[in-house]
Amino acid sequence: MLNINNLHVRIKDNGIEILKGIDLRVNPGEVHAIMGPNGSGKSTLAQVLAGRETYEVTQGEILYEGKNLLELSPENRAREGIFLALQYPVEIPGIANSYFLKASLNAIRRHRGQEELDAMDFLSLAREKMKFIKMDESFLNRPVNEGFSGGEKKRNEILQMAILDPKLAILDETDSGLDIDALKIVAEGVNALRRPDRAMILVTHYQRLLNYIVPDYVHVLSGGRIVKSGDKGLALQLEEQGYAWTEGGV
Amino acid sequence: MTDIAHHELEKLTDQDYKYGFTSDIDADQAPPGLSEDIIRLISEKKKEPKFMLEWRLKAYRHWGTMKEPTWSHVHYPPIDYQSITYYSAPRKKKEGPGSLDAIDPEVRATFEKLGISIDEQKRLSGIAVDAVMDSVSVATTFQKELAKKGIIFCSFSEAVQNHPDLVKRYLGTVVPYTDNFFAALNAAVFTDGSFCYIPKRVHCPMELSTYFRINAANTGQFERTLIVAEEGGYVSYLEGCTAPRRDENQLHAAVVELIALDHARIKYSTVQNWYPGDKEGRGGIYNFVTKRGKCLGKNSKISWTQVETGSSITWKYPSCLLIGDHSVGEFYSVAVTNNYQQADTGTKMIHIGKNTKSTIVSKGISAGHAQNTYRGLVRIQKGATESRNYSRCDSLLMGDQCGAHTFPYVEVGNHSSQVEHEATTSKIGEDQLFYCKQRGLSEEDAVNMIVNGFCKEVFRELPMEFAVEAQKLLGISLEGSVG
Repeated sequence: MLNINNLHVRIKDNGIEILKGIDLRVNPGEVHAIMGPNGSGKSTLAQVLAGRETYEVTQGEILYEGKNLLELSPENRAREGIFLALQYPVEIPGIANSYFLKASLNAIRRHRGQEELDAMDFLSLAREKMKFIKMDESFLNRPVNEGFSGGEKKRNEILQMAILDPKLAILDETDSGLDIDALKIVAEGVNALRRPDRAMILVTHYQRLLNYIVPDYVHVLSGGRIVKSGDKGLALQLEEQGYAWTEGGV
Repeated sequence: MTDIAHHELEKLTDQDYKYGFTSDIDADQAPPGLSEDIIRLISEKKKEPKFMLEWRLKAYRHWGTMKEPTWSHVHYPPIDYQSITYYSAPRKKKEGPGSLDAIDPEVRATFEKLGISIDEQKRLSGIAVDAVMDSVSVATTFQKELAKKGIIFCSFSEAVQNHPDLVKRYLGTVVPYTDNFFAALNAAVFTDGSFCYIPKRVHCPMELSTYFRINAANTGQFERTLIVAEEGGYVSYLEGCTAPRRDENQLHAAVVELIALDHARIKYSTVQNWYPGDKEGRGGIYNFVTKRGKCLGKNSKISWTQVETGSSITWKYPSCLLIGDHSVGEFYSVAVTNNYQQADTGTKMIHIGKNTKSTIVSKGISAGHAQNTYRGLVRIQKGATESRNYSRCDSLLMGDQCGAHTFPYVEVGNHSSQVEHEATTSKIGEDQLFYCKQRGLSEEDAVNMIVNGFCKEVFRELPMEFAVEAQKLLGISLEGSVG
């Protein structure tokens, strides 16, 4: 599904290189966790996959379902099924959550050649998904992320994911800033969205999330490179020994 | 901002002003220039009673003693008042006051093209319109139907002929000719406008509207609107305006006076879309307007809502004098400036009566090289005890060449009143755009959504049809302006 080969990325404004040759292969149905210390390039990788224009790819390629992903605009990546749950979900004052989500879903459906949903159909879909991640319906009428608590914002991202039905979901530090109850709810939501035809990439700093969402693979990112890959056991090892352990090249 | 966003913005700002066409209309014009003779000519053409001519001449003489104001945050070369034509009227095909048949088909076609039908049958019910082209009103619809309720809705000229007592009683009582330079000029040379009178306890059953169109070159448009709502009356009034694309600047100096007696409510909405000039700032309308409402009666309410997207320069401060106890003034404004447009706009809320309340919500959006200024005065006089004001001024910047400025003036003369002021300035964030795009929305839809969200508090004050138009207009004005 996703094939990253020798990916080098720098920040457009200042030319600082963040990713220095990433190789990663993700197949349908797999859940990959990307771990690493602060500043290792985890979030950069997530944002580059979604097409953030503040970064520049200087070398390497990303193939998504056999297509050159780097040629696609951010909106077309989204329409092709890539979803990024942001670490810091953005507020859009004055625009109701339901309006935003419906516009978003219909933009994606149009791209897929599906019929757009009308207000009624959308509402019943949204209600079903909200029940599923234990979100109160009043969220639909509130402005996008405005006045939401940290946990509410993250849950709102998961709701969007549930409604937009992506093929590849990237969750960027979705666990950060969540208390344990909120973390459980978010994790349950994510687990329920695991499917044989859907891949997920979890970007996280802490092993904690992986107690609830068990990954198929764990990769450790450090200094812009994947320095170690393994199964879920790797995450536990990291928890015990800290990131310094990976830098020794063990 | 990214290159793509920048490009998108440029594309948007390049969008054509779709009302920029001119119509070939046979016009009756006065020679350019301003003098007592011209004023006499205007008054004569309009067959005005003597009191009108005298009032105009007093205004003209007073204007001669005044200087053009320079305190606003706008810049333009000096205006040559002698090169402007002060009277230009489309010729009627046949004489006959108020007859919709007498209108030049070209005039009719022009308004059709603007989406304003002056055929009553063709109009959606619910809106009566007074169509003003250049210096005169060419048609007013639904007059008979409104007259059944005792409502007078007609051109100012007709009001002077048919209701001189009402005109004499109220004209200049809210904005006297001594008020300011442009108000004095308007009083001297105004040629038409709309007049509306709502009798006691009458709720006007339809939206009333005036559509202003400038067509002739080198003319100024000076119209005057007077709305009086008697005790318990209610009216919702809409105003729209467009002008052809020309390289020269044209002056529009209007005056609007509103008077609300006990328990009366007047809601006045404007969608201003005068030609804004081209990308380099050539041409466009100088929109120098004085709008003021008097809440004369107790419990009266005047509400201004404006969406200002056009004009090369806008200078206007729709204001409320809250004289009656418990009266309420409101001002909701969206002002959009792009390219080299300049806007200096805001409001004045003067609290005179006890327990008076005012609300100000101003949203300024600047793109390109534009300058957008909010200027507002809240004055609570000593006797206006237990009064309240809430003001909120938000500015949104698109790109790094534009400016937003806020000048709030607050004067509170007693201890029992409360004034609140909030202000924010933000940029359309790259992160907001990215978020929308990551959810599959195009850049254009994303910008529209963010801007509309920003303006929502104001748009919801507009009558439904206007709100939709305003949203579209905003999209056009800002197309391509993310920077």
